[in-house]
Amino acid sequence: MIIGPQDASGASADQPLLQMHGIVKTFPGVRALDGVDLVVRAGEVHCLLGQNGAGKSTLIKVLAGAHRPDEGEITWLGEPVALTTPDAAISLGISTIYQELDLVPGLNVAENIFLGHEKSRAGLLRRGDTRKAARDLLARLGHQEIRVDREVGTLPASGQQIVSMARALSHDTRLIVMDEPSAALDQQEVQTLFRVIRDLTAQGVAVVYISHRLEEIRQVGDRVTVLKDGRTVATDLPARETPTSELIRRMTGRDIEYVFPQRPERDETSATVLKVEGLTLAKKFADVSFSVRAGEIVGLAGLVGSGRSEILETVYGARRGHGSVSVDGTRLRAGSVGAAVKAGIGLAPEERKSQGLLLDQAIYRNITVSSLGRFAKGGFLDSSAERSVAAELTKTLDVRPPGVDRPVRTLSGGNQQKVVLARWLLRDCRVLLLDEPTRGVDVGARSEIYALIRSLAARGLAVVVVSSEMEEVLGLADRVLVVREGRIVHEGPAQEIDEHKVLDLIMEGSAA
Amino acid sequence: MSEQETGSTTAQPPVRESSPEAEVLEPMSGSGRDRSSSFLGGLMSSSVGRNLGLVVALFALCLVGVATAGEQFASIDNALTILRLAAVIGVVSVGMTFVITGGGIDLSVGAIVALSSVWATTLATQSLARGNHWTVMVLVAVLVGLGCGLINGLLVAYGGVVPFIATLAMLAAARGLAEIIAQRRTQIVNVPGFTDFFRHDVLGIPLLVIIFALVAVVGWVVLNRTTFGRRTFAVGGNPEAARLAGINVKRHTVALYAIVGLCCGIAAVMIVARTTTGSSTHGTLYELDAIAAVVIGGTLLSGGRGTIVGTVLGVLIFTTLSNVFTQNNLSSSAQSVAKGIIIVVAVLLQQRLATRSNSGGP
Repeated sequence: MIIGPQDASGASADQPLLQMHGIVKTFPGVRALDGVDLVVRAGEVHCLLGQNGAGKSTLIKVLAGAHRPDEGEITWLGEPVALTTPDAAISLGISTIYQELDLVPGLNVAENIFLGHEKSRAGLLRRGDTRKAARDLLARLGHQEIRVDREVGTLPASGQQIVSMARALSHDTRLIVMDEPSAALDQQEVQTLFRVIRDLTAQGVAVVYISHRLEEIRQVGDRVTVLKDGRTVATDLPARETPTSELIRRMTGRDIEYVFPQRPERDETSATVLKVEGLTLAKKFADVSFSVRAGEIVGLAGLVGSGRSEILETVYGARRGHGSVSVDGTRLRAGSVGAAVKAGIGLAPEERKSQGLLLDQAIYRNITVSSLGRFAKGGFLDSSAERSVAAELTKTLDVRPPGVDRPVRTLSGGNQQKVVLARWLLRDCRVLLLDEPTRGVDVGARSEIYALIRSLAARGLAVVVVSSEMEEVLGLADRVLVVREGRIVHEGPAQEIDEHKVLDLIMEGSAA
Repeated sequence: MSEQETGSTTAQPPVRESSPEAEVLEPMSGSGRDRSSSFLGGLMSSSVGRNLGLVVALFALCLVGVATAGEQFASIDNALTILRLAAVIGVVSVGMTFVITGGGIDLSVGAIVALSSVWATTLATQSLARGNHWTVMVLVAVLVGLGCGLINGLLVAYGGVVPFIATLAMLAAARGLAEIIAQRRTQIVNVPGFTDFFRHDVLGIPLLVIIFALVAVVGWVVLNRTTFGRRTFAVGGNPEAARLAGINVKRHTVALYAIVGLCCGIAAVMIVARTTTGSSTHGTLYELDAIAAVVIGGTLLSGGRGTIVGTVLGVLIFTTLSNVFTQNNLSSSAQSVAKGIIIVVAVLLQQRLATRSNSGGP
């Protein structure tokens, strides 16, 4: 079913179910949505496409009433509505299947399905009815075998996904939003999901479908809206006919160009520092091998959930996998962060604020925390030595504002990242693993971080960068590895690959 | 008690035998959607199993009591004494179970009991009660408790004050206000209707014990059989999921603290009835006793899991313990040491069971 461009006058028979216009949502430091338009009609499967960080997740949270937009209008069947609470959205008939599972682990399957709209009489639960209705919903999804009294926390991820779906169906819905519903499902389960979606749309229910798998969009979708950098850049594209190249072109291409530092000449003679061979972590990634030379920056490109971050964490020893990791030819003990740090590996984690920094502590303490031994004299810390070393490093890295006694919390994202880097510099590390180095860093400050990373490599460090931003990986790295569903599907010099090619590799299987 | 017999025979072995069982289980079994866990391990990690463990512990305590104090312990009178002592802290603990299951904590329960008891026994309240009806005193105590609970709840839910701090502040303020009102004197109850009523018993069971039983039963029904209770588990287990499911988490939180406050008001009536006095020293350290009982009962301090039956058993275990020590003329200091050990052992055991029952999950 392909529907032509919507008549602006909006005849009542042809009235869209949902219209969102000019939606803006800002978080501290980030403009997540910057004018999104979305029109969804009853009975259609409307696909949302966009790269990581394009604003899809924020948009569906707005639609679910979980985030309040700062600007913009939402109309439902022609009437302006305010989706101020999740309850308001649910009572309109909007239900959402989140990508990050929103289940209560301690409650059982049936209880989770009917959470918030329990089957009850006068406040007393009708447990028999609840169980029966839950069983019916699971059967509709082809999963009669899931016991409705099983605690949800003990189900595997795919089972939890099914429960989420049953929950969305348990409401009397007009619109179901599905955020990557197929991510945890196998091929057969995906086909069942599509059958359910077709049943729903035949009854006039609309589905907003988010997926990175183009082949799914071709199979089940009607129309496509593309988001980029928080804006709607294309809408009303027919899902089946629009060429892949067109979709990818819409998703890429940026308004802001970052300045990446000049790449040095490729130096094939420098020694290999980090060597990873046949690294495997059950259910996350398999048979990953690569090596990094001194002075080289290697980028890992891939979608969130492709296993990128897990690869870094396993190399660092925070997860215990199979295979070998060696630094300067010495093999490290698997699953030991201590061994990795001792061998000279440093990690700047993705969640800088929760995993990387002591936010309320002074800058100098954050820098010296991994090297306290060198400042200790008979068990007492020489804090003036700590300060002076930290002062030198912050000067080299140009942390602003100057001064090492300031709590790290007061710094901007870019300067916080510099403090993390300073910590590893102080340890004289050989290998630096950077997970999303510019997350939460202002666009303006990014070039500075890029230059800093390059200068660290120039000192002879081996650097591995993981980023959701394709452009960052391609612009910064010397060599690029593309990760798709836990496997490296491409390896090559960064100059020889572009964003389109990477996206193509990531979405491989789609009708190109 | 006949369950104790079955408890001692079925609940003991699993502790030892389920460990090899649990290790045989695959750590992660792929798509294993319906992995059947070992029966014994499943039993011990189920609420029934946990409660059986507590029943066994209580039974063991009674055996110690009989062995050391003989007739003096194993008498109906003594049993009623234990129950009467358990009743007041029991009612508070039932309320505490709600707030902890919902992801909070209330340190102010003892102070609220004191304030309610004092407010209900002022000369003004008592003369009002004599002029109208003795239930005026009950009403005052319950309303004061409820009011304090509401303030706690509003501070936590809408003020964004962490529960520990909000209720710590209430602890200080309520106890202080109780001292100001009572001028640090013990207020004797002089309302015949009130004292006469609570002296009643039903079929030989003191009224205070009946009230405790009623509160526990109502608490159990509300927590396990109503939408409110179900949502309490959700709010404590995953507040964001609860919010996204359309539950008004803030309002729910206020209600939870109001429930504890209400329970404290009821407990204040009971303590006034038992001692025929109101005093700013009533309820001292109840917060610790109640939290201890709730925790050894099997309610997770981090929220999302709670059991009224476990709480009641926890209260009985601590009260029986005190009784056994008193019967043997051991000091209250020794009691405290024993209490501390019991709390640690109970929590360690629970953690073992929790990790074991989670080991097969994703």
